[in-house]
Amino acid sequence: MGILEVSNVNKRFGGLQALGDVNLDVAEGTVHAIIGPNGAGKSTLLNVLVGKLIPDTGTVMFNGISVLGRKPYEINQLGISRVFQTPEIFTDLSVFENMLIPCFAKRDGAFRLHALESIAAEKQLIEKAEHMLAEVNMADKRHMIASSLSRGDKRRLEMAMCLVQEPRLLLLDEPTAGMARADTNNTIDLLNEIHEKRDITMVIIEHDMHVVFSLAKRITVLAQGTPLVEDTPENIKGHPKVKEAYLGEAAA
Amino acid sequence: MLGLSKKDTTFLLIVIILTLATPILLQPFPENSALAQFNAGYPDLMQRFAIFGIFAIGFNILFGLTGYLSFGHAAFLGVGSYSVVWMYKLLSYNVVPGLILAIVVSGLFALLIGYISLRRSGIYFSILTLAFAQMSFNLAYSVLTPLTNGETGLQVYLNDPQVLMDESSPTSPHFFGIVMNESVKLDVGGWLFTFSNGYYFCAIIAIIVFYLSMRIFRSPFGIMLRAIKTNQTRMNYTGLNPRPYTLAAFVISGMYAGLAGGLLAAMDPLAGAERMQWTASGEVVLMTILGGAGTLMGPVLGAGFIKYFENIFSKINDNILHTWFAALPDGIEDAIVFLIHPFIGKGWHLTLGLMFMLVVIFLPGGLIEGGSRIWNAVTGKNRRKKHDAEHHPKPAPHVS
Repeated sequence: MGILEVSNVNKRFGGLQALGDVNLDVAEGTVHAIIGPNGAGKSTLLNVLVGKLIPDTGTVMFNGISVLGRKPYEINQLGISRVFQTPEIFTDLSVFENMLIPCFAKRDGAFRLHALESIAAEKQLIEKAEHMLAEVNMADKRHMIASSLSRGDKRRLEMAMCLVQEPRLLLLDEPTAGMARADTNNTIDLLNEIHEKRDITMVIIEHDMHVVFSLAKRITVLAQGTPLVEDTPENIKGHPKVKEAYLGEAAA
Repeated sequence: MLGLSKKDTTFLLIVIILTLATPILLQPFPENSALAQFNAGYPDLMQRFAIFGIFAIGFNILFGLTGYLSFGHAAFLGVGSYSVVWMYKLLSYNVVPGLILAIVVSGLFALLIGYISLRRSGIYFSILTLAFAQMSFNLAYSVLTPLTNGETGLQVYLNDPQVLMDESSPTSPHFFGIVMNESVKLDVGGWLFTFSNGYYFCAIIAIIVFYLSMRIFRSPFGIMLRAIKTNQTRMNYTGLNPRPYTLAAFVISGMYAGLAGGLLAAMDPLAGAERMQWTASGEVVLMTILGGAGTLMGPVLGAGFIKYFENIFSKINDNILHTWFAALPDGIEDAIVFLIHPFIGKGWHLTLGLMFMLVVIFLPGGLIEGGSRIWNAVTGKNRRKKHDAEHHPKPAPHVS
């Protein structure tokens, strides 16, 4: 029994079968990558997982609870955090305020009117936010406005904002897209470190093989909306079906 | 002090002192000098500064902090005024029950309008609020005549019940016996200072609500509102539902507007439908942007700026111009007066429009940005900043 179970998910956009009979079982504590060529349905699957798209058939269970039809903020409260392809952070706010918001969200839920309370009085949350910033080596940047951070730092901040909420599942949508090689390697190290330290289950959508093979413990290959194979990285590397999906019939 | 940081407390104290000293500060010219018409220290105008300051502070919570541009805030202004006049008609000329009712009714009204309008954001939200305000205006003008007295405007008549009135009660708005339109005049060597009860009543309320808005700006709720303005996607994926936050901001700013409308009727016991017209909604948008949206003090400055122009520039006429330029040869004098003529009197809107354009183009942060630029130039902070820039190089442009 995995922490995230996707069974028999179908999704059709007009004449296009975006997802066909997708079954996925993500074990707790693992790093599970979903790879596949462009148009394989990776992003559609991710959007189903976060409740943005409702599949035509099938179920998605997280920890025994169905996520279908739930609002993004409800899904977050179940313990699923999401990292976006381009970092989604509060660009007009300072790095420290960026960190504070998830701390408040974690403690207070979807809404609490604390209009006349002072932030300075929230010692525990401030400590928590500062601790997290220190952990991702951004403590010296706490007063910077988030929009002025470098791309790598924005990613780091977004990751920290997710982690401070202590999620049980972290969804990553191409976390290294558009990054230089050095930044990519930094991100890989960061993710590996996070995984080792916190034992968080991660689901990574990625098409950079270098990233996938440095991180994943288990890989699902998606092609034309259907899972082709699911196996360990070692077995995936030489798998003829995977080569076929990526390079076409002739290569196989 | 008062749950504020040291810096904010100092700031608040300065604001309090400036507000209380306004009757003196706005009378810089002696009564008989040629410049006396630029004095703004008369009660009617100062009350407007305070009242529209309150209106703009409230509007800024929604627009400056949350990023939702409402084009219908005048509706709450009107609701506030009607509530106060109704309390005059039913109870007595004491303003307190009226003001409380104004805040409650405008809050409920904002809850209704906000609940519907906040389903959309951006331009659609603005159009929805505008539609609601125009609807309220037209209803007040026609269908709701029994409640609003239509075109004539709501006022107190001799045969109104006024159940709490007795022989000794004042016959104009008052605060437990302190009559609003009474004032103390002080003549100091040619300068005439008017300390009006009405102004001080509005000023003290303005200080209280300014303090409240300061608390909101610095509270966790304030951060949430700024987060909503910046990135609603991340807000959602952080486990926060933006809707209740935006609705709370809308209701709070609606209550501010209702209070301001109530105070208008507390100074002058009349309420007319034109207070709800879209021009009044547009005015508060101008005030906030002109002063500096999202800053604490900006909207108040903007409100003062616009009300000053409205009252002072509109009073200058051609005769006054002729006396100013009397020293010049006739032909040139006439030419100058002819050139300035469109900008004064009824043409003050033109002056205001030009000012607004200049501010928006050259000072996107409003008057506050202008002020801080001057301050930086004087204290040389800019130079220090440039020096700093070397140590914090801009992030290298990434290749994607």
